[in-house]
This record gives sequence, C-alpha cells and structure tokens, in this order.
Amino acid sequence: MCEPRAARRSAAGPPLTGFVCVLLLVCVSVASASLDTAEDPHHPTNSTGLKKAFPVLALNYDYVRKPFEIALWILLALLMKLGFHIIPRVSNVVPESCLLIGVGLLVGGIIRAIREEAPVLNTELFFLYLLPPIILDAGYFLPIRAFTENMGTILVFAVVGTLWNAFFIGGMIFGVCQIEGAQLAGVDLLSCLLFGTIVSAVDPVAVLAVFEEIHINELLYILVFGESLLNDAVTVVLYHLFEEFSHAGTVTVADAFLGIACFFVVSLGGIMVGAIYGLLGAFTSRFTSHTRVIEPLFVFLYSYMAYLSAEVFHLSGIMSLIACGVTMRPYVEANVSHKSYTTIKYFMKMWSSVSETLIFIFLGVSTVAGPHAWNWTFVILTVVLCLVSRVLGVIGLTYIINKFRIVKLTKKDQFIMAYGGLRGAIAFSLGFLLTDDNEMKSMFLTAIITVIFFTVIVQGMTIRPLVELLAVKRKNESKGSINEEIHTQFLDHLLTGIEDVCGHYGHHHWKDKLNRFNKTYVKRWLIAGERSTEPQLISFYNKMEMKQAMMLVESGSAARPPTHASSVSMQNIQPRESARGRAIPSISKSREQEIRKVLRGHLQNTRQRLRSYSRHDLLVDPFEDHVSEVRFRKQRVEMERRMSHYLTVPANRQETPAVRKVCFEPEHRVYTYDDGESPRGRAAQPRPGPADGVSLVSESPPGLGARGPDQEQEVQEEKEEQEEQDQLKLSRCLSDPGPNHNKEEEE
Amino acid sequence: MGASQTRSEHKHQHLADETGFSLEQVKNLHKRFQQLSGNEETISRELLDSVPALANNPIRKQIIEAFFDKRNQHHDEVGTCEEIGFEQFLMVMSHFRPPTLKTTVEEKEAMRREKLRFLFNMHDTDNDGTITLAEYRKVVEELLSKSGDIGQEAAKAIADAAMLEVASTNVPHMAPEDFYEGITFEHFEQILKGLEMETRMHIRFLDVGTTTMACGKSTS
Repeated sequence: MCEPRAARRSAAGPPLTGFVCVLLLVCVSVASASLDTAEDPHHPTNSTGLKKAFPVLALNYDYVRKPFEIALWILLALLMKLGFHIIPRVSNVVPESCLLIGVGLLVGGIIRAIREEAPVLNTELFFLYLLPPIILDAGYFLPIRAFTENMGTILVFAVVGTLWNAFFIGGMIFGVCQIEGAQLAGVDLLSCLLFGTIVSAVDPVAVLAVFEEIHINELLYILVFGESLLNDAVTVVLYHLFEEFSHAGTVTVADAFLGIACFFVVSLGGIMVGAIYGLLGAFTSRFTSHTRVIEPLFVFLYSYMAYLSAEVFHLSGIMSLIACGVTMRPYVEANVSHKSYTTIKYFMKMWSSVSETLIFIFLGVSTVAGPHAWNWTFVILTVVLCLVSRVLGVIGLTYIINKFRIVKLTKKDQFIMAYGGLRGAIAFSLGFLLTDDNEMKSMFLTAIITVIFFTVIVQGMTIRPLVELLAVKRKNESKGSINEEIHTQFLDHLLTGIEDVCGHYGHHHWKDKLNRFNKTYVKRWLIAGERSTEPQLISFYNKMEMKQAMMLVESGSAARPPTHASSVSMQNIQPRESARGRAIPSISKSREQEIRKVLRGHLQNTRQRLRSYSRHDLLVDPFEDHVSEVRFRKQRVEMERRMSHYLTVPANRQETPAVRKVCFEPEHRVYTYDDGESPRGRAAQPRPGPADGVSLVSESPPGLGARGPDQEQEVQEEKEEQEEQDQLKLSRCLSDPGPNHNKEEEE
Repeated sequence: MGASQTRSEHKHQHLADETGFSLEQVKNLHKRFQQLSGNEETISRELLDSVPALANNPIRKQIIEAFFDKRNQHHDEVGTCEEIGFEQFLMVMSHFRPPTLKTTVEEKEAMRREKLRFLFNMHDTDNDGTITLAEYRKVVEELLSKSGDIGQEAAKAIADAAMLEVASTNVPHMAPEDFYEGITFEHFEQILKGLEMETRMHIRFLDVGTTTMACGKSTS
C-alpha cells in the first residue's frame, strides 16, 4: 500500500486527502472482507511428479491474514483521525466521535455492497481489548482531589441515578408496550427492565470523547465522568440480575435483597482487587532501579491483570481498573525514572486514543452489518424516555444533594450534567451480549444503536455551542505554579486546624489522618530509597524544575520560550548585601570579540569535541595571556545568573542526596560572551552569598569561591547566544551523565 | 436563668446577623467555645495550643496567632490580643464560611478578597503590607517543619522560586538593579487567582451540636 506516502503529500490539499481516504477505505474493505482468492499453497505438492517451476515470486495472503487485517484496520482508523485534524473547519463543528462513526458507516456500507461479512464489534473484542486502555488512561490520570471531594455526589448519581433510569425506562416501555397493541405485546416486564438497564448507563468512552474537546471546568467533568465510571457496578449487577431472571420469569423479594448484596460485593470486591494489584505494582516498582526499561510494562500489566481478575469473578472490572491506577500512581511516579514516566503517559494516551477510534469506527460498521428490526414506536419511545429520565433524574437528585453539599450545583451545572449523559459502546456491547433466544434482541439492538447515535451525534455536536452560549465555566489551564502548590498545602493544614478548633471530624480531618498514615507506613514500603520521606511540596518543586529544564532544552533552538518574558531574576528579590569593590581588570572589547568568534567556531563543532574540553583546554586557545582564574569565575557567575532566569535549583554539593536535582557537569562548560556583556561601568552588584546560591552548576566547595566582585551583567543578552549555550549545556548534561557526581542516577 | 438565656439569645442573634452564620451555628460554636475555655469568658493562646488534634499540624502556631490577630476582626485595628472572647472567636471563624446559592457574583468577589486577606495576614507577620522574602521563607519552612532536615534545606529554594514566580508574573520587566520589595496584597491576589478561594477555603459548620473532640484541658 503506497498510501502513507500519498497521505503525507496530501497534507497540501483536502481534495487529495479525500481521494486517498476513499481509496484506502475501498482497499481496507476489500481486504478485510474475507478474501480467499486462490493462493499458492504453502507447500507445493510435488506428489504429482510434475515438476513445477520454482516460484520466484509467490503470493500467500492467508498466512498473514489476521494480523494484516488488524493492522490495516488500526492504520485506517488512525489515518482517518489524522485526516480530520488536517481539515480544520470540520473538526471545529463536529466532534471526532461523530466523524469516526460516519467513517464506520461508510466502510460498513462498502463491505455490505461487496456482499461480504463485516467484522462486528463483538463483546469479547470490546470488553477485553478495546475498553481497558481507555479506562486505565482515565483512572490513572484521574484528578484525585476533585474526585474525592465530590465522591458523595458522584456516588449518588452513579447508583441512585442509574437505578432510577433503568427502572423508569424499563417500566415506561413496558407500560407503553402493553397499551400499544399486539405488535409489542410479546415484551415482558423483565425484558423491558433488562433493556432499560442496558440503555440507561452513561458511557465513559463517549463522555470522554466529547468532554475532552469542550474543556469544561473540572467540577462538571469529574461529576459526569465519575458517574460514568462508577455506574459500571450497578449496570453489571442489574444486567446479570435481569438476565438471570428473564429466563426464570419472576423476581421475588429475596432476589431483590440478593441483588443489593451482590451490588456491594461487585463494587467493593472490584475496588479491593484493583487496590491489591495496585499495591503489588507499586511494590514492584520499588525494585526496578536497575532495569528501567521495563518499568512501564509493569504498570500496564498489573492494571490489565486487575481488570481480568475482576472479570473472572463477575466483579466490576472498570472499578477494579480505576482502583488499581489510583492506588499505584503516587508510588510508581515516585519510583520510576523520568523517561519511564513519560513512556507510561504517552503509551497510555496512545492506546486509549487508538481504542477509542476503533470503537467508534466499529460501531459504525456494526450498525450497517447488524441484524435490525426497526419499530418506530419502540425506537422513538426509547430515545425520548432516555432524555426525559435523565433530566428528571438529575433535577431530582440535585435537589436532594444540594442539601448536603457545601458548594451547591447551579442550574447551569445541572443542565450540563443532564445533557452530558451520553450513551455509547458499552450499551451496544451489552445488547450484543444478550442471548439469541431473546426474540426481541434485534429490536433492542436497533433501539440501542439509535439512542447511541442520537446522544453522540446530536448531543455531542450541540454541547459545544451550548456550553459557550450558557457561558459555563471552562477549565483554567494553569501550569504548575509553585505558589499555588504551597498555598494548596497551606490551606489543607489551615482548614484541618480550624476544623480541629471547631471540634468536629470533618472531611479535612480524615484526609489529614490518611495522609499521615500514608507517610508513616505505606510510603516506607512502597517507595525506594530516600524518596520515601520526601514531602510532597519538595517532589512537586523538583518535578517543576525538571520540567523547566526539559523545556529549556527542547526550545533552545526554537524561538525564546514565551513564558520567560520577564527579566526578573534571583538578584531582584534577594536582599541586598553590602556592595563590594571591583578589582578585576576589564577585558578589552576587541579581545572579547575575538574570543567570541573563536568560541562560536568551537560551538558549531560537534558536541563530542566540546564535551571533552575542560576549562583548562579552553584556556589554551585564545585565553592564555589575558585571562585569569578570577575572570573565569566571573564568567561562570554571569552564566549562572543567566540560567537563574529559568531555574533556581540550588546546587550545594553538600546537600543530602535525597533532593533530586538536575546535574550539571562543572568541567564541561563553555564560556561565551556577547556584545551586551562587555564590562561597562557597572556598579559591582553583590552576589547573594553561597548559602543562597542559585547557581545551576554544582559549585565547588567554598574554598575556591571567594568569588571576588561579581559583575552582574546587563540584561540585554543576545538571545541565540544564550540559548545556544543553554541548550548545549543542558542537552549535554542531560544526555551524557558524565562522571557521576551525584549519588543518584540521573536521566 | 431565663433572663440570661434570652439575653444570650439576643446576643447570638446579633452575632449571627453580623457574621452571617445561622443562629444554630452560632449556638453550636458558642458551646464549643465554652468547652475550650472551660466556661470562662475568654481563651488564651495556651488553651488553643493544648487542643490535642492540633499537635500534628505543622502550621499550628500561625493558626493560633490568627485568632489573636486584631487585623482579622475587621475593626481596622492592628496588633495582637492576649485573650479573645467569643465575639472575636466567631469573627475569625466567619472567614471560613462557604458561599451559598444566593450569593451574588459581587458578594463572591468580596468573600474571596476577605479570605485572601486572612491568608495574607497570616503570612505578613510584621504588618508592613508586604510579604517579604524572609517572611515567605518562614512560611515554607513551617510547612516543611515536620519533614526534618530535607525540609529545611529545600525550604529556602522553594521560597525563592515562589517569590521569583510572583515577581515574574506581576512585574515582568525589572532592571537588574531593581529590588522587589515583597508581595503586596494585589500581587497576592493575582498569584492565587486560579485557586478560587471562595470555593476552597471553607469548612462545614454544623447546625447540630456534635462536638466530638476533646479539647485537651487537663482535668486535674
């Protein structure tokens, strides 16, 4: 398939993209629709005795058929996704999920036209392979603070809301079916309730797909999304309950009680299984310091095992997966290397993205392929009832919940919550799972698909303009701010303290207790080395510094990072010390130019060469006669100060190794000058003492550093010079650990 | 007995109107105050210090100071008291009330400023209107005070980084000779804009009396 090349070229024009897409669609459909052309058999039978010519080029498609088709499908899905984002107009109006369903319909149509059998979104494929990555991604990156703060609300919506939906829809449909007439009279109560269960659950995949694009505020996101995750337990229990009894025919009160007990077992059991696997995963990650490469795999495998183990016992796999991710995350992140952390993050996002895309495409394909029994009344009734029950449920429950919430839910919030209750592929798969002797199956499936299409397409498309129309609060994209983190912690302690003074055990009190328990017992077991005693503020700070260092390296060659438009540096905030006199002879400007030119030449050489330079080597070339040791110290200071624009990591070697810091090799430094830095008549500005030193470079012991008069240079640095230098320094540092002065391995 | 009861009712009602609590909440808090003070009229620092649950709190001292800080009483006074009565106690507590459904946008803004002002007062111990680097360092040190040596060394770096951030955000272009005096209240507001104080800084005040915690007074 030469399509990938064509696709790249086609970035230039949508028409070409369209043509390529269609071509690919046709190819995929033809390929996946079971081809069984006559290939040469793998083992040419020579039993006839007739000697065939040796096949120079043979065709054997059957051998690779299965993986070939799978890969082709995934490739198609991703190319489609790529295509949508190239065409900006469409992707602004229509959410991606709709487009993907459309593509699925198209492909399904083509396959149908060829009169072949299309692959269907069967239950096993969905529940075992497509759903876990999405849920794991969601669970691992779940905003814990918001989730736990709103846990009560979420639980009420998930449990009571879903129950209400199921019974309301089921009951009403049964009622209407009885009234309607002979056509639908065959539908008994239990089947209706079963149908109601299937169609009532809010689907996490659809919610994620749509809410991701509208960037709504965190509270609403967590309420709707949390509900979609936690209602899995209810759905599982009700589904099995009704399916069991739709065979038996009747439900007794005892069964109802058993059902309630089952619910608790399913949900709590699922959470427990997940937590156990999570702790195992955290414990394992404690020992992976020598085999960093396989660290991400542990995270994925333990989580997947948690899901499968829960499914074995018919516990809630989704809740197990969430519990595993949530439990594992803080400890794993403290243990793994930065690269593993990035790998985990990106692999999860990648898998969940692929899964989501495939799910929607398959949904489209299955729609065309599946057995359908269209019944106007039933379908329209289902859609209307879904909407109505959702609205009523949200309004009613919010009324009750607001009595207990401190921060109440406004009408706008309620509207978004009601409108965001999307149904998706889980409903479809559950419907598919219905045993075939249920004669209503086709009708149910049709109705389910219609509901899914309606919610995803209509509600998905209109939610964005509605959010803008109602001026719902959006997510405030704040990058990590050390001040916010400090004050978040401060507030936690403050509120706990005030609660203690007030005298009641509130939310903060228990959170504080849990944190302390975590710190004293759990962290010691699950986190390797000295990181186990590192307070959260410090890890946050280190993470931020690391991030900024990375950003600096990455953007070194590009334009200046926009965030650092400020020229404030450490010296502006440090309290002044007494000014010291200047005693170094200044270097002449022409000399500076020469040095700079030479240095530029050196800088453009390969890094390998530079890496081997030491301070003394550099001295040999242009510097020998005019430069002194003091001068070098001055340059180092100047460079450090420039770096201090960006980073404030103190580099006391004497610091305990527990504090993770970015390592910079002191010997492999390149000194540069630029025009603006020529020593004009500056007042010698005092440098902050070594104790407060904000040098990036690991400072040599104070013996060396009677750091003379320090010239704090002018701010007018040449950007590229600095960045070049920064980039080189940092990239060198971060790629080549060099002689490892720090005890910890730094990646 | 009856007369004093109606008198205290009136007083409670008056306090409720002034601080925004409900009557039941005021009564509840009054009960707690009595418990803390041992039925006295005032409480002192030592009494609050002896609440056992506060022992594990790293910023215990600041919290207790906040109760005795006159700036939090909204009477435009400065300085500290030695002992506080119920009215002052309630006033401090009123900073932690949550917004209700009926609070308008302006009221929410005012509430936010009030809460931020409370926090600011907690940091600005010398009452010069700015949080200097030294004061901020003290804050971070206290926060990390339960974490031993690691905490102390990193505290300085963290405080410096935080200060740098405030300065960069609020006064982006400073010449090298300029000196950033300290965080003013406006800068403080600006830097904590994203935290939405009015929805975060609150605790639940009960209408029903469930003072379950002992207040640590030794009954000898």
